[in-house]
Amino acid sequence: MESVISLTDVRKSYGAVHAVGGITLDVKKGEILGLLGHNGAGKTTLMKLILGLVAPSSGAVRVLDDGLDGFQDVARPGRIGYLPESVAFYEALTGREVLDYFARLKGVDARERDALLGRMNLEAAADRRVKTYSKGMRQRLGLAQALIGNPRILLLDEPTVGLDPIAVRDFYALLGALRQQGVTVVLSSHVLSGIEHQVDRVVILGHGRILASGSIEELRQRSELPLLIRVRGLGNSDDWQARLAPYGALVCGVKEALMEITVRPENKLALMRALLDSKGVEDIELAPPTLETLYAFFDGATARTGGA
Amino acid sequence: MRAVWIVARKEFRDGMRNRWALAIALVFGLLAVGIAYFGPAASGASGFASLAATQASLDSLAAFLIPLIALLLAYDAMVGEQEQGTLLLLLSYPLSRVELLMGKFLGDGAILALATAMGFGAAAGLINLLTHPVGSLVLWRAFGFFIVSATLLGLSFIAIAYLISVSVTERARAAGLALIAWFVFVLMFDMGLLGLLVATKGAVGRAVFPYLLLLNPTDVFRVANLTGLDSGHTYVGMADAVAGHHFSQAWLVAVLVLWVAVPLGAAAWRFHRWEP
Repeated sequence: MESVISLTDVRKSYGAVHAVGGITLDVKKGEILGLLGHNGAGKTTLMKLILGLVAPSSGAVRVLDDGLDGFQDVARPGRIGYLPESVAFYEALTGREVLDYFARLKGVDARERDALLGRMNLEAAADRRVKTYSKGMRQRLGLAQALIGNPRILLLDEPTVGLDPIAVRDFYALLGALRQQGVTVVLSSHVLSGIEHQVDRVVILGHGRILASGSIEELRQRSELPLLIRVRGLGNSDDWQARLAPYGALVCGVKEALMEITVRPENKLALMRALLDSKGVEDIELAPPTLETLYAFFDGATARTGGA
Repeated sequence: MRAVWIVARKEFRDGMRNRWALAIALVFGLLAVGIAYFGPAASGASGFASLAATQASLDSLAAFLIPLIALLLAYDAMVGEQEQGTLLLLLSYPLSRVELLMGKFLGDGAILALATAMGFGAAAGLINLLTHPVGSLVLWRAFGFFIVSATLLGLSFIAIAYLISVSVTERARAAGLALIAWFVFVLMFDMGLLGLLVATKGAVGRAVFPYLLLLNPTDVFRVANLTGLDSGHTYVGMADAVAGHHFSQAWLVAVLVLWVAVPLGAAAWRFHRWEP
């Protein structure tokens, strides 16, 4: 699969602050990539580098094989849609006027602007001033402007912040549709629950470096974090503590008839068989490590080894 | 070029919508008529006096007011967008930083030009209607030149405001610097020259003095307009001392154009290298 974004050992420093400290990353065409990291991890700077708004201190940024090296005066024209973090608009203009301005700048027909307003459920508010918009409406207007001109790449910085649950669901549906069209999406988020099912790959950033990168499944395997198994109807947990020992498993909690057991991935199957053969078992539920757990693991792992 | 035009149109529409143009035109018009009418009060009479006296008063008014209004109109052009968070988004669109700056300049410039023409033009019309001391053609020619040079003066201070706006990261700082710029060019500069003249006991003589005035767009404007006057002018600052002696009007207009181009070029150069 061809690479549409390619960063090679990219560094960006502001004085003594290293916002991005040596990132090598390839994003494939049609891939949906999640950038995770706490504030100051380098997510926004990375997006600015991809947009060509800031020049890398060293390294190379290539986008859509344009052969441009990093910084240029014009952002990569029209082929990237961008939603900045906490997007702001001209308060005195109406939603329609805002989109109109941006559509003109991209040389896009006004009909597309109206279609985008509809797609983002902003038709009813289109002729109200942005000043009167709620946070969620601004965010939807921000998404609408990013979609102007059917960009091949979308960079979305915290796209779900401020959205209500239904709007978040709509946004995920939109991501699915974009995937169908072969649009490449890089989205950053610090809200982790929910996005794990939407992204093809996750890149965990910390202190301007990549701490981990891969599909959720790959990250689970690499972390070797234990799985959680919930079993109903096992009876006395003290008996089980001893019986679990050969599998390297531990009882980590008991709530009424529900026992929570952690087990290392390689012993999962053996333990499951043993549990299935046990008397009284009513239900077994498997919970692999969540994205939150993985994030905490990789972020913490770096902290333990001193940020390297 | 298309992007410049789109940005200019938006800026112009914003300026019309928030009544900037109307407010400026009203201020100019009312003060122009007021000064023309009450200006001669010092000599014990009111009413419209000679064109020269009226114009001398208007020159002072414009030299005082236009820089202030231009700076107010434009000081937050870039830093304002940066502070409200729209600049980053705008720069992700296919327009260069220089195109953005030029578009804003055209839009702000058009507002100021329109307001100057409307305000002073209406005043000229009114004065012409109420008096017949001079032929209409003479009046309109004088006012025409006045309006063109006043617009250039305004554009040069918009350019200076842009240079300030791309050099700072806080709106409040830009406002402070804009006020300092006004203070220096409009109030301090002439006093400084006067001080120089006194301190050097006239050693900085007539040869150098007129050229020093060219370092201040406000003085260039004053000299240009006084050069056009035939007689009987009131004292209007240092500019008076050299009016008509050294430079032709066309030459002075060229200097004013430079006073627009140089700060604007410097602002564009700085902004071109700016990173969000």
